[in-house]
Amino acid sequence: MVQLTLPKNSRMTTGKTWPRPEGATNVKEFHIYRWSPDDDKNPAIDTYFVDMDTCGPMILDALIKIKNEIDPTLTFRRSCREGICGSCAMNIDGINTLACTYGVAEVKGAVKIYPLPHMPVVKDLIPDLTHFYAQHASIQPWLETETPAPAKEWKQSIEDREKLDGLYECIMCACCSTSCPSYWWNGDRYLGPAALLHAYRWIIDSRDEATGERLDELEDPFKLYRCHTIMNCAKTCPKGLNPAAAIAKIKKLMVERTI
Amino acid sequence: MADVNRGNRPLSPHLTIYRPQLTSMTSILTRITGNAMLIAALMIVWWFLAAATSEEYFNTANAFVTSWFGDLVMLFSVLGLWYHTLAGIRHLIWDNGIGLDIPTAEKMGWACLGGSVLLTLITVAALA
Repeated sequence: MVQLTLPKNSRMTTGKTWPRPEGATNVKEFHIYRWSPDDDKNPAIDTYFVDMDTCGPMILDALIKIKNEIDPTLTFRRSCREGICGSCAMNIDGINTLACTYGVAEVKGAVKIYPLPHMPVVKDLIPDLTHFYAQHASIQPWLETETPAPAKEWKQSIEDREKLDGLYECIMCACCSTSCPSYWWNGDRYLGPAALLHAYRWIIDSRDEATGERLDELEDPFKLYRCHTIMNCAKTCPKGLNPAAAIAKIKKLMVERTI
Repeated sequence: MADVNRGNRPLSPHLTIYRPQLTSMTSILTRITGNAMLIAALMIVWWFLAAATSEEYFNTANAFVTSWFGDLVMLFSVLGLWYHTLAGIRHLIWDNGIGLDIPTAEKMGWACLGGSVLLTLITVAALA
């Protein structure tokens, strides 16, 4: 259901302002969402000042510097630092993206950082992605076959393989799904852009033999048809993929198989 | 991690912190214009009902509908109608799996916004 305002326990307050680095001339201001399960306080926005002359160029560099040098309690996920693991997905300067591939210099003024939108917060910038992963699992993201497995591998022509380009690159960072207003209001039943992109990836895989069953599963007013082509997903994808187009193609296949 | 506190988890901020996008704004505008036109539709139905009731009642309704305020409602309704029509055509194009890349989608968004203003001016000029 559409609920425009945040629940009472989720409303943000002004948090702590941490000291400026002494003698620094090139200082960037960061406003970062904080919440800890260890006390009963509401989420707060803390202010940090980072000396950019001694910091790497990416948002993740600044976050790590803050954690190392200013406030060791700041909590966030990160791993590969090169845009392939999807761990450091967060809302930076009003859009969802990966902290490791987004430059501090791309942001004018203070950098505002929140967890991925409309998700339960585990701590600080860490959202609970349990439901998101469960939805991904629900579309059965693996090869479904009935014919006996070939002696070597399942073969595919170069042309059929090309149909998976722009789909297989998804790293499941959840930027797209958590940017989607439909997913905000109906995320309990609407599968969201990421899961649907993966659904399409298996639907058009020439080796998959469960295309009909996959479409049957999605024939539902909520699972698929809550997509209204708002396109925040495609606009925000840090890998440059287009879930909106994949969803439109599923809808088209739904029509084509009935006529 | 059985002792983790899951019950009190806050919901991360969403609508108020997400930067408006051209595609998201033109999308919500489609819905807003669709609903707002209901006001104009009710006004016109009321105008017809008044005409079917009595001359006196019609004069009252007609005076309201043709007043500056009635004109203003009608002007915005024409704008809304054109916008909603153009956005509807954009949806029909999208439903064919075409124009879903961001640059094309954004160009069509500007075309809906600009086109609705242009068509409203033409409509008003033609009726004036």
